[in-house]
Amino acid sequence: MDTPRTLRPSERGLSFEMLLWLFTRLSALVMYVLILAGLVGALIMGARTQMNFADVMRWAFMPTVTHVQSTNVLELGPWSTVFWKSVGSALLLVASAHGARGLVVIADDYIVSGRARRIVRTASVIALVAMCVIGLYVVWTA
Amino acid sequence: MRMTTRNVSLTTALRYKGQGPMLTFILHRIGGLGMAIFVSVHILSSFLGGTTGIYLNSVYESWVFQLFIFFFVMFHIINGLRITILDLWPSLLVHEREAIWLEWPVFLALYGFAVLVIVRTGLGS
Repeated sequence: MDTPRTLRPSERGLSFEMLLWLFTRLSALVMYVLILAGLVGALIMGARTQMNFADVMRWAFMPTVTHVQSTNVLELGPWSTVFWKSVGSALLLVASAHGARGLVVIADDYIVSGRARRIVRTASVIALVAMCVIGLYVVWTA
Repeated sequence: MRMTTRNVSLTTALRYKGQGPMLTFILHRIGGLGMAIFVSVHILSSFLGGTTGIYLNSVYESWVFQLFIFFFVMFHIINGLRITILDLWPSLLVHEREAIWLEWPVFLALYGFAVLVIVRTGLGS
């Protein structure tokens, strides 16, 4: 080992990496809230059509109207409101950021070369921005 | 830029007896990586549509794929809650092994229910 893997005490504290560590945990809790909101919504809106549980869960994991187009719901109106598009957008943004952060953590752990690590970091950020833009487009134009 | 070298060989690393916590760690990573790939491809396919989109959707909707992805998604969700709770309340970290023991029955119950729903839906009943 030629480079130390732990920080000196003076270098610890509220750094950018620490904030991202905290973001990973807090975004997990936020996703719990958003998915539970989607679950409750699907149970309320799908109750009249006896929506099956697989479709309820598909809505809970991503409340976007394309996820219920092929189901037995009578009308898609209540499923494509601004409220649900906002919940879906929030879930998309939080989950994408959480995932991109995870990719960087994995790259940092297994990729030995600093150059390759930087390439993966840059690629993760580009992928994050691309997925957010494409995902928002799909959610709001569906 | 300095290069770091591994201080153990790969075979030593594979024989590392991290036991329960190590297993959850590695499943969490595999699942996280898998979800990042799955979600990215899914967003792209819903954007592209057409024959590619329909083909990819038919892959996601096959019950075999759903059993596979649900295993990792459910595990990542439940293990992630365990990590979040223990990390945000570090005084609970002394109970990490007990928390992992508790995590497995919760996961097996929820995943077992998901398997039941997926297989019954998949076999068209």
